[in-house]
Amino acid sequence: MSPVDGNGAGGGEDLVIRVQGLRTQFGRHVVHDNLDFSVRRGEVMGLVGGSGTGKSVLLRNIVGLMRPAAGTIDILGERIAAPGGGTADMALLRKRWGMLFQDGALFSSLTVAQNIEVPLAEHTDLPPALRREICELKVALVGLPPEAAHKVPSELSGGMRKRAGLARALALDPEILFLDEPTAGLDPIGAHQFDALLRDLQSALLLTVVMVTHDLDSLYAVCDRVSVLVDKRVKVGTIAELEREPDPWIQDYFLGPRGRAAASAKDALRGGTSGAHSGTGDAPQDTMQG
Amino acid sequence: MSSTATETVRPAAPSAARLEVGREGELLRLRLSGAWVTRTVGAQDAALHALEAGGATRVELDLSAVEALDTAGAWLVDRTLGELRRRGLQVEVTGAAPERQALLDKVERRRAAPPPPKRASSLLGLLEELGRGAADVGATAKELTAFLGQTVLALARTAVRPARLRGISLVYHLEKVGLDALPIVGLLAFLIGVVLAYQGSDQLARFGAEIFTVNLVGVAVLREMGVLITAIIVAGRSGSAFTAQIGTMKVNQEVDAMYTIGLDPVDVLVLPRLLALLIALPLLTFYANVMGLLGGAVMATVVLDIDLLSFVRQLRDAVELMTFWVGMIKAPVFAFVIALIGCYEGLKVSSNAESVGLRTTRAVVEAIFLVIVLDALFSIFYSVIGV
Repeated sequence: MSPVDGNGAGGGEDLVIRVQGLRTQFGRHVVHDNLDFSVRRGEVMGLVGGSGTGKSVLLRNIVGLMRPAAGTIDILGERIAAPGGGTADMALLRKRWGMLFQDGALFSSLTVAQNIEVPLAEHTDLPPALRREICELKVALVGLPPEAAHKVPSELSGGMRKRAGLARALALDPEILFLDEPTAGLDPIGAHQFDALLRDLQSALLLTVVMVTHDLDSLYAVCDRVSVLVDKRVKVGTIAELEREPDPWIQDYFLGPRGRAAASAKDALRGGTSGAHSGTGDAPQDTMQG
Repeated sequence: MSSTATETVRPAAPSAARLEVGREGELLRLRLSGAWVTRTVGAQDAALHALEAGGATRVELDLSAVEALDTAGAWLVDRTLGELRRRGLQVEVTGAAPERQALLDKVERRRAAPPPPKRASSLLGLLEELGRGAADVGATAKELTAFLGQTVLALARTAVRPARLRGISLVYHLEKVGLDALPIVGLLAFLIGVVLAYQGSDQLARFGAEIFTVNLVGVAVLREMGVLITAIIVAGRSGSAFTAQIGTMKVNQEVDAMYTIGLDPVDVLVLPRLLALLIALPLLTFYANVMGLLGGAVMATVVLDIDLLSFVRQLRDAVELMTFWVGMIKAPVFAFVIALIGCYEGLKVSSNAESVGLRTTRAVVEAIFLVIVLDALFSIFYSVIGV
């Protein structure tokens, strides 16, 4: 498959998210114009783009925090946005996805355990004891120590807050996980651990993941496909495919010094057996200089 | 309607989680079916807890008929396995597809959280809180005094070298705390004048002394009400704004940035606000006095048939210039206190957004509290010196 404008995903594929002809604007400033974007079941889709290209805005459109000016959005087969309004039961749909906000967006007056229990208490009729057990399970799944459950967000480090936010996003065992810059603000070790955690959870829980990110290492380590926001639209493909894209921004992004460094780091991690990436022979020198 | 090829693997309403228990001699057979997911497993929680082994020594747990399994379902399975094993039974899981087995392995990581930290008993907690509160008051008083010294020092430095003063900032705050407060201060002072005149005339009419309503309004507004109402409004409007503005800058680390650049936040943030309020509050008080008297005059004309001319004549007899100054002299003192507390609380904001709100509330409460305490002290002082 060659990189195509997002609408190339057609017919028989199992699409959990399908955005068509999306248009978003703030006043006279058009952010997205006739944008198509789709995500297949079980894949990890990265969403990248320069500052101000509307990555987070696209995410907010998809989860229904914003209403697009035009276009349709279907999630899990339900139409959530269309001219004249969507037909989906948003309350039902919201239980089937989870979102991790940039700094966790934990409720500051509640402990981590209470934060995770909020969606469980709201949307299920689980007995309280079982609810607590499930909550402890999520704490363990995201790699937090058991005693973190009783801490309030202000007592946690940035990385722990993200993990706690992830645990809350996973509380209802969603089918889709939305992540807004999950590794921003983490140190490289923390970011790497978070990437590994994501990959691990994604395969264990069969999640579909959409992540907005700036982190090239994350892209290489986690994402199956990447969507790049350029010229108010989306170009989608695997990283290898996108590298052949002539667009100057994409060229700069993936083949610039940092992109190459990230690519070679991944190759090194995989013992040099580069499947997704080729032509990185000179990358290590770039890394040294960079 | 749905134009996509999307097919939901997990239906919107999953089927119920079902559990069949069968016994074959020493073998206990558990057969799970239906969807074992977060929304459904609650119903089987009690049944699994209450599972009786009977005479069985072996357990076979069959997952082959499970339609859907998520972490909650997997946890229930794992927990049941653990409980049965602890009772010395031999447990075997059958019919688990590889990815379900992986999920089961994953949920084994769960560790029970330690019990939440104990809180002291309610009475002891209350006492502790009381002690803490009292100590806090002392600490705040001490810090506020230190801040007062710092501010006065900065004021003195500025007095020596007026060029240090941030002129644009001063004018900006003058507009915000002074000009923009005119409508609300004017309206409230006018209404206070109306209320005083109305209540006063009601009582004084019993003695046939309605005309003394003018004295009442004049003295009350000029000595107390004008300045007090103005100070309270300004404390609520501008004192809180000072805290919120400086607090937000604190959260954004703008204050830290000032230190690193070599700017003194007291010079940059506190002095312009303090001076603006020192200038604006007396002017606002004068304006409030005029509006209060006007309110009284309007009321007197309407209700008491005292025309404006006799009102003014009576006012001139009742009120000396001293009465005006007695009220007026309080204005800069109140202004100083309000600005000082507003800025102090703003600089005390810690790094989270929550504390901005907390500090803003404290600033308003403390400022109004101190304004009224000072007003009482002024009254005592005046009565001692016989004004």
